[in-house]
Amino acid sequence: MTNQRKRLVVIGHGMVGHRFVQAAIERGLTETHDVVVVGEETRPAYDRVALTSFFEVGADALSLLPEGVYDDPRVRLVTGVEVTALDPAAQTVTLADGEVLAYDTAVLATGAAPFVPPVPGHDLPGCFVYRTIDDLEAIRDAAATAKVGAVIGGGLLGLEAANALAQLGLETHVVEMAPRLMAVQIDDAGGSMLRRHIEKLGLTIHAGAMTKGVVEVDGRAGGLQLADRDEPVAADVVVFSAGIRPRDALACIAGLEVAERGGVLVDEQCRTSDPHVFAIGECAAPAGKMYGLVAPGYAMAEVVADALLEGPGTFTGADMSTKLKLMGVDVASFGDAFATTPDSLELVYSDAVAGVYKKLVISDCGTKLLGGILVGDASAYGILRPMAASGLALPDNPEELILPASSGTSVQVGLPDEAVVCSCNNVTKAEITDRVAREDDPCADSACVTACSKAGATCGSCKPLVKKIVEDHFASVGRTIDRSLCEHFSMTRAELFDLVAVHGYTRFDEIVSAHGRGRGCEICKPAIASILASLLNHHVLDDDAVNLQDTNDRYLANIQKNGSYSVVPRIPGGEITPEKLIVIGEVARDHGLYTKITGGQRIDLFGARMEDLPVIWKRLVDAGFESGHAYGKSLRTVKSCVGSTWCRFGVQDSTTMAIDLELRYRGLRSPHKLKGGVSGCARECAEARGKDFGIIATEKGWNLYVGGNGGAVPAHAQLLASDLDDETLVRYIDRFLMYYVRTADRLQRTSTWIDSLEGGLERVREIVVDDALGLGSELEAAMAKHVGGYFDEWKATLDNPEKLARFTSFVNAPDVPDAHITFDTSRDQIVPAESTGPVLLGASIGVGAPAGATP
Amino acid sequence: MSTVNTRDTTGASDAMGEMVQVCRVDQVPLEGGVAALVGGRAIALFRTWEGNIYATSNYDPWSRASVMSRGIVGTRGDVPFVASPMHKQAFDLRTGRCLDDESVRLTMYDVRVLDGRVWVGGEKSVPEGEST
Ligand code: SRM
Ligand SMILES: Cc1cc2nc3c(=O)[nH]c(=O)nc-3n(C[C@H](O)[C@H](O)[C@H](O)COP(=O)(O)OP(=O)(O)OC[C@H]3O[C@@H](n4cnc5c(N)ncnc54)[C@H](O)[C@@H]3O)c2cc1C
Ligand code: SF4
Ligand code: FES
Repeated sequence: MTNQRKRLVVIGHGMVGHRFVQAAIERGLTETHDVVVVGEETRPAYDRVALTSFFEVGADALSLLPEGVYDDPRVRLVTGVEVTALDPAAQTVTLADGEVLAYDTAVLATGAAPFVPPVPGHDLPGCFVYRTIDDLEAIRDAAATAKVGAVIGGGLLGLEAANALAQLGLETHVVEMAPRLMAVQIDDAGGSMLRRHIEKLGLTIHAGAMTKGVVEVDGRAGGLQLADRDEPVAADVVVFSAGIRPRDALACIAGLEVAERGGVLVDEQCRTSDPHVFAIGECAAPAGKMYGLVAPGYAMAEVVADALLEGPGTFTGADMSTKLKLMGVDVASFGDAFATTPDSLELVYSDAVAGVYKKLVISDCGTKLLGGILVGDASAYGILRPMAASGLALPDNPEELILPASSGTSVQVGLPDEAVVCSCNNVTKAEITDRVAREDDPCADSACVTACSKAGATCGSCKPLVKKIVEDHFASVGRTIDRSLCEHFSMTRAELFDLVAVHGYTRFDEIVSAHGRGRGCEICKPAIASILASLLNHHVLDDDAVNLQDTNDRYLANIQKNGSYSVVPRIPGGEITPEKLIVIGEVARDHGLYTKITGGQRIDLFGARMEDLPVIWKRLVDAGFESGHAYGKSLRTVKSCVGSTWCRFGVQDSTTMAIDLELRYRGLRSPHKLKGGVSGCARECAEARGKDFGIIATEKGWNLYVGGNGGAVPAHAQLLASDLDDETLVRYIDRFLMYYVRTADRLQRTSTWIDSLEGGLERVREIVVDDALGLGSELEAAMAKHVGGYFDEWKATLDNPEKLARFTSFVNAPDVPDAHITFDTSRDQIVPAESTGPVLLGASIGVGAPAGATP
Repeated sequence: MSTVNTRDTTGASDAMGEMVQVCRVDQVPLEGGVAALVGGRAIALFRTWEGNIYATSNYDPWSRASVMSRGIVGTRGDVPFVASPMHKQAFDLRTGRCLDDESVRLTMYDVRVLDGRVWVGGEKSVPEGEST
């Protein structure tokens, strides 16, 4: 046996190339292969499907590899370098910078490029395509000084580009050669319904119009000349979106076979005409057909990983069904949408006023659903697509399936067990039922089914159906479970979190009107405030959020029994300079506050009147303090010991690590409070195992424990991973905390959350350490967004007169303190006095801190 | 502070016709509360989503602290309510009745909106059950 390692070269680092590398790592190919990935774009792979959201969320949020490197040292990623040649005979590829790489196996994942029709003026400044982040940056820059934009192409991508131009504030035109929009997916009637929706939004559609050329004005694009009209359409930004072409040039020159209509011809294992070269994603043409969607590309990536491990996987075609929301309009197309099956029948429901068009294509005998088109309301997609895919017998009144919900919801659709419910992840109904029905460790709800089976974990369109199947199962065995958050939301916090994230809601009003009822309560409002804060990193006292907050968050301080508040500045890791200690002492003395060292290694100042909080905090902020979030469901403290700096037993610098972690996660809003601890050796002086995340130093690095807490039901944290270096430690904690933030119930500490997951700690390990769901980079990106967006909310409040104005005793008498707050003295400090009932404020209001408050 | 004499046409306030102008409506946060000082008393003003303004005592009979205006405002069924910020007991904003314990009430005050200003009058009715 030879222990010579082999080399795998991946050409192109887009969505599919990245997925392939992930599969190679996960499935152990890197045990035998060194992997080199070469991408021509300057950025590592990013989510092209969500490209349009770049303008809102920025490039970092789209990244599929936010750290910029793979977790596995045997993978080398080269970005910003084009592969210029592939030589199958010599088994080498040549890079633009001159480097020549020998390979044992090469994988082409070069994707596709927008097709730009060679009309005159197509290359003028002001003309763009819509494919990469660089393209979008260029369009954004041009739009800053432009007025009118035109998109050539009214297909799916063209409309997405048009939406982007409109969002950038341009008057927007769409020019489509075919007589209707989205000609590939929907029919004439659906196309005109979609057109009406889009025109209502202020866009101008030129259908059946042929672009003859781009008009030049002052050396730049100034308009479009259309075939059937004399006057050109003015436009200073022109985006070509007239289809895509597979990037098969490298393969062509290398002498590999290409398909008639372009694309590298591959067999069912995605192998090209050279046995050492594979092609996957949009550059590939399995059986001569190219697939312009990401899911088939992912499937091809898995097939190649499988082939290299001598597995049986094959790619034999993919479901091209689509569902999307374009400018707020639902559009879906599935199965045989154009009724090409001989003798098939069409069943159409159309409501021009409501803007809804639905068509079902049914077999000649009227018993089977073959396909369909939905415009304006695609809520039935979740049930119709698997129905069509599984050839299920139609109910007696098939029209019920597309009639408006009021009359149509009553149909009970019994999907057969083998129906594929989640097409992204190929999960059948039987697998879903099995997850909840199995004896051994069954799933308790649909969220768990999604976590365990991946059904619903990708595009999310099947989630309602997954939930329905789970609920139907429970109903059939006579079990009812109410997981409602409260009377206003019949869903769990985790489901609500997903909804808010998917829809990009920013306000309670939008959420309650779309997914709830009534006007909320003391349960759902703070829960939603916390979800919004986790997602938006906004100021919790912003106008839309302030009235959702519990009183502690609302005044950025903890309320005490007599209506006064406490003040807790952050003291990261419990380390503090004498100067700062003095400031705290002075502030407490001057304002007559009670001081106490807390159980969290910091100092709490009690007895502040709400209206005095700003002046107290002003002094603290000026001295370099910031909020300690003692009031928030968020990170409290990361407790430390002195560690190797001072302690004769210490093996790592636990104080620095605790401070770094406290600063990293400060301000993170979470389902419940979070605490951390770092001990410098196994003697554990920082009580790390009593914390939500506890770290104990070892000779080789750090052991990470999770799920500990004190409180009424104490729990010891359990070991998640051992001997980690600093970077890996932080990465794992990032993933752990974000996964918790996203999926825990309201007021569920990490220990009970871990217990509630199917698989418990093992599940956490799969997600955090093994990255089994591939969620790792997404969770890290979300944490990176939090860390990057952190600001001190007390300082921001002091800087904002509107927010400050809320810190007044009485709206009509801001100078009068509330006489209900009174103090006694004990051991030379103030303590709240017992209340004797409502107080009538007389003319003389003597309610200052009593004598004895100052030493 | 100006005052105005109003005849109570709803019959809700029989004790007193005299009201005090307290603040602008927009100074009472939508679905939130604010404290005001009226006739030496700490009053909590609330504005619901429908735009109704309610005035209660700011004194929370449960925690015995003057904090009600800092509670969360919402609905329970059709009832507009405020939850005490201290221990979350809920009170019907229309009657002051505690939804968690019939025997406890918040004192209610007459309130009226004129020309975008909030006017507050006297106690609406003497609460039974708890008097201090
Ligand atoms: C001030 C302090 C006690 C002290 O005098 O030392 C304190 C005070 C409060 N704790 Fe605590 N806890 C304090 C350390 C702790 C600790 C010890 C620790 O952190 O090492 C624990 C056990 C460890 C843990 O959390 O796992 C602790 C477990 C709790 C619990 C129970 C949590 C649980 O999971 O069961 C609550 C109740 C809750 O949060 O729902 C609580 C709630 C509270 C609240 C917020 C009660 C409230 O809602 O008003 C108290 C108000 C704090 C204030 O006004 O500033 N406090 N509390 C400590 C502040 C620490 C800090 O600097 O932030
Ligand atoms: C705006 C937009 C919206 C979309 N919406 C959807 C959708 O809703 N659903 C859906 O399924 N699909 C959608 N798609 C399509 C989806 O993005 C693609 O199917 C997917 O990105 C294909 O992945 P890929 O890896 O094959 O190609 P790509 O992601 O394009 O990656 C190929 C990479 O290879 C690089 N490359 C090319 N040649 C070389 C070379 N010689 N040397 C080095 N590197 C090279 C390219 O620069 C590129 O980075 C959308 C696409 C766009 C542009
Ligand atoms: S945990 Fe270890 S290093 Fe830290 S103070 Fe205790 S004995 Fe020293
Ligand atoms: S169909 Fe996309 S996640 Fe299930």
